[in-house]
Amino acid sequence: MTLLDVAGLSVRRADGRDLVRDLSFTLGPGERLGLIGESGSGKSLTALAVMGLLPAGMTAHGSVRLAGTQVVGARDKELDRVRGRTVGVVFQEPLTALDPLMRVGRQIAGPLGRRRGLRGAPLRAAVAAALDEVRLPESLARAYPHEISGGQRQRVAIAMALACEPEVLIADEPTTALDVTVQAEVLSLLDRLVAERDMALLFISHDLAVVADVADRVIVLKDGSGVESGRTRDIVREPRHPYTRALVDSARALEGALDRLAP
Amino acid sequence: MRGRPAFVIGCVLAGLILAMAAVSLVWLPYDPSDTTGGRLAPPGGGHLLGTDKLGRDLLTQLMVGARIALTVGIGSVLLGAVLGVTAGLLAGFASDWLDDALSAALDILIAFPTLLLAMLVVAAREASLGSAVLAIGLAMSAIVARLTRVLVKRVLAQDYITAARTSGTSWPRVVIEHVLPNIWPTLLVNLSLQLGLAVLAEASLSYLGLGPPPPNASWGRLLQEAQATVLTAPLGAVAPGVLLVVLVVGVNLLADGFRDLADPTRRRSR
Ligand SMILES: Nc1ncnc2c1ncn2[C@@H]1O[C@H](COP(=O)(O)OP(=O)(O)OP(=O)(O)O)[C@@H](O)[C@H]1O
Ligand SMILES: [Mg+2]
Repeated sequence: MTLLDVAGLSVRRADGRDLVRDLSFTLGPGERLGLIGESGSGKSLTALAVMGLLPAGMTAHGSVRLAGTQVVGARDKELDRVRGRTVGVVFQEPLTALDPLMRVGRQIAGPLGRRRGLRGAPLRAAVAAALDEVRLPESLARAYPHEISGGQRQRVAIAMALACEPEVLIADEPTTALDVTVQAEVLSLLDRLVAERDMALLFISHDLAVVADVADRVIVLKDGSGVESGRTRDIVREPRHPYTRALVDSARALEGALDRLAP
Repeated sequence: MRGRPAFVIGCVLAGLILAMAAVSLVWLPYDPSDTTGGRLAPPGGGHLLGTDKLGRDLLTQLMVGARIALTVGIGSVLLGAVLGVTAGLLAGFASDWLDDALSAALDILIAFPTLLLAMLVVAAREASLGSAVLAIGLAMSAIVARLTRVLVKRVLAQDYITAARTSGTSWPRVVIEHVLPNIWPTLLVNLSLQLGLAVLAEASLSYLGLGPPPPNASWGRLLQEAQATVLTAPLGAVAPGVLLVVLVVGVNLLADGFRDLADPTRRRSR
């Protein structure tokens, strides 16, 4: 069974230019796919197209099937049923992904209450459980986003994305805005949660080392087109496209520099 | 409220005018049209603040003026807010042609001088409080609409809106839970600013003789009436001016205080 089936997806701007061109991939339960590419290559637009949430003026072409539901051309009402339940998203910028005027607990309670029909004490308990699952204390529920750290905010965002127990998780550069130690914590948290729930993961990043750590398969995106795809291991060992080779080389160079400093 | 001197001062200043207006409803030192006080009587004696050139009690006139100022301010803000916020929300959510059409209409309305609009309304109706409220409220609605539109567009571009949408939150819910709470603090501050401006605008209208005449005159009209005698009886001109400033400053300080209360990122923990 495929949970996410993207075939010939293009994202077109109002002026007719394609920002994403003819992209295809599938994702089944428990699979982890990495989407890697430089800044502006169309990674976030791909994620938004999968959700049917492209910015105004952009249109998706081709086919995106989420657990059997066609997203391209579907009406918002139909998609609201799929969003959250079938697929959840964690964004790049943890500060702006949370409503600054709403306490953290309420933000998690929103999707929880709607999807599971909880209210009052059971809802509060569910929020506490959701916080506990991302290793945050229950007391954090009363904090506002600006009162907690970047790493904590990203954990809250993960808790929100997982609140409705989606089958697919899209993580759009979830650790780019975090410093390295926090990055490792959040990554291992994501890794554990995805494994525990046997979720499918679409992991977006511009960092090959991070993708190699998380994803089994990878698609390399350049200027909106997939230039190479395959098993992560194969691609790291034998990159075929020049752009992929450059990515691997620069990742190696960084590692080499570290090795020379601390043999 | 502790540690918020500006908010407290705002309460006191605005409260003073509110109290004057409230008392004027049940009690006035003299009848507003009572001219038995003698011309330009000095302060003291039977007339706490003296009388005007027709012998009417100045304190009485000022109290009536407070009522008028608040009526104009609140009335035109209500009108401007209802029209403006509605149009602004429409334009903010609309795409393409509706947004363009509304924006163009707003730009024209904003470019139209308030005073000219007021004169047209007065010409079409009469020089009354209602005409002033109508003209000022209409002019204000364009400004409020444009602000609301920008605020809505800005909030809609935020990641947390997309995040809410990815979790399957419907549009109406997004508006109620995220858009409105995030725009109203700014709107509230702007509306109170507009309240002050509306009172000033009415004063200018009246000063030009476009407001209702005494004995039920606004502070602007009192200023105009007193300008000929400003050297012999300065209080007649100074007092309405001071009250205008008190109301406008008080309302603005209150607005800042409200915003601080509504915005947790500004609320200092202590
Ligand atoms: N709202 C928008 N309006 C117009 N163009 C946009 C919009 N969002 C993205 N683009 C354009 O689409 C292209 C792809 O953007 P996208 O956000 O998908 O890049 P990305 O791969 O996620 O980059 P990053 O790593 O910096 O997040 C860019 O060239 C960008 O200029
Ligand atoms: Mg991006």
